[in-house]
Amino acid sequence: MSLWLPDRWLTTGSRICVVIASGLAILMIGFILIEALPALRQSGLSRLVGDAAWLASAGRFGVTPLLAASLAVTAGALVIAVPLGVLSALFLEVYAPAMIATGYHRMLELLAGVPSVVTGLWGLSEVVPWINRMQPPGQSLLAGCMVLALMILPVIALTSAMAVRRVIYEQRATALALGMRRDTFLVRIVLPLARRGILSGVVLAFVRAIGETMAVVMVCGNTVQIPSSLFSPVRTLTANIALEMGEASGFHRSALFLTALLLMVVIAATLLMPEDQSASPGGRHA
Amino acid sequence: MLDQVSRSVPDRLMKIASTLAALLVLLVFLHLTTGLLMSGLERLSWSFIRLEPLHSGRQGGISFVLMATGAVLAICLLISVPVSFGCALWIQDRSRSQVSRGRKWLQRCLDLLAGLPSIVFGLFGMTLFCHQLRMGYSILAGGLTLACMILPLQVRLASDALERVPDEYLRGAAALGLSRVRTLWHIVLPTALPGLMAGLLLSLGRAASETAALLFTSGYVTRRPTSLLDSGRTLPVHIYDLAMNIPGGEASASASAVVLMACLLVINVAAMHLAGRWRQTVSGE
Repeated sequence: MSLWLPDRWLTTGSRICVVIASGLAILMIGFILIEALPALRQSGLSRLVGDAAWLASAGRFGVTPLLAASLAVTAGALVIAVPLGVLSALFLEVYAPAMIATGYHRMLELLAGVPSVVTGLWGLSEVVPWINRMQPPGQSLLAGCMVLALMILPVIALTSAMAVRRVIYEQRATALALGMRRDTFLVRIVLPLARRGILSGVVLAFVRAIGETMAVVMVCGNTVQIPSSLFSPVRTLTANIALEMGEASGFHRSALFLTALLLMVVIAATLLMPEDQSASPGGRHA
Repeated sequence: MLDQVSRSVPDRLMKIASTLAALLVLLVFLHLTTGLLMSGLERLSWSFIRLEPLHSGRQGGISFVLMATGAVLAICLLISVPVSFGCALWIQDRSRSQVSRGRKWLQRCLDLLAGLPSIVFGLFGMTLFCHQLRMGYSILAGGLTLACMILPLQVRLASDALERVPDEYLRGAAALGLSRVRTLWHIVLPTALPGLMAGLLLSLGRAASETAALLFTSGYVTRRPTSLLDSGRTLPVHIYDLAMNIPGGEASASASAVVLMACLLVINVAAMHLAGRWRQTVSGE
């Protein structure tokens, strides 16, 4: 409305920033699509999925083992981190005395802030030798799961704690009026009602885990194969990009962009999933 | 109700299970930190920070690495702070007046950027900045890539800070007929400054701990960086390289990790302190 010149500059300036930010998103998607296109066009989907090996020097670019490794490491990490995270949330909000809860909360925040390369270093110098003693070589799917679990646990615990706290606050009077036992209240009321919040934490953790690169490169062994056991070394999609993008060119680089595209598709599919559930509010029995 | 002691067996079992889970997490956390400190403190001294790296980092210190890290972070913030602040201002203008389609669209774009793994930013930055814009592996390319990566986080933190400026202040400013620039400069900025600073520090911490996006954008060399087009490795990349590619580099890697963690701790504590003080002043009005 104002016609004062600096005001107009301010408006124009902030509009330019918005154009830059949204342009960046479009640029990235477009860029990755365009760079991935030659690989997709030349080799076709069947060869990419059908080939069981990724061997750049031999011109073989099968994404199946990489995708399988990514999914396996992420699933393993979630199996470890979800129960521990949800129990941690209950500990924080229900069972711990106030002072201990504050300290534990602070510790989870610190843990969430540990750089992935430092967690990876810990995995390499402590977890890998430990697994090596059980079954060589140590750099394995299991090591990846454990290190990733440590990284995503704070995400799950803090998000779940927030959801649990809100439900307890809302439903406390109901439970009190009904004379419920604490465990009944938690299992029958709090956890089902907090399910959406907990689930969104798990989705965030999934995205973080499948996109994680450094820690996985450092502890997983990086052999291209479909994992046959917990102790087999694997190479994930992200690790593959990190290991090969330095010397990749031409078709090889295009193939790497294709794996990045694949990663984005998996992440987008995961992020869109909970929205479907929110459309049909089932399971609310309060 | 929840504080009242319940004597039922299932409740006790749940209490024990959750306490054990918390204890396990605590032990692993302590194992990580003490392990790191024990192996890092042997190598760590004042000269480690001051000296230049020798023999690929096995000997000497990390001075050039710290210089490169500072330069990359400076470029990153120089680019991302104005853009994210502009976006945050725009979002606030929209949300106070009306629900707009443009705001939803911007939010979508930012969510998309926030969901991308850092290695994808690395791949993007390497191809665009290093190859197509011919910057080579350079501090400039690394800083730009990092700026793209932390943009969504910064926009969110900045618009959170602006959102908490009380409505009465803005209505008061409007009643006095202040221009938008004067409102921003005299009312909004002073009120939101601690919050904005806290957000800035948090995003700085995130940028400082990034490795994957910088591996093949800011490069790998340990020489002294003399210009922005020089290659230079940041502290996390240094840790990665020492741990993975340099035999006998573990002690230096741990020591560098201790330095990195100490910096992050300072940044985070400062951010928390600012955020806490700011919440008090805003709610105390």
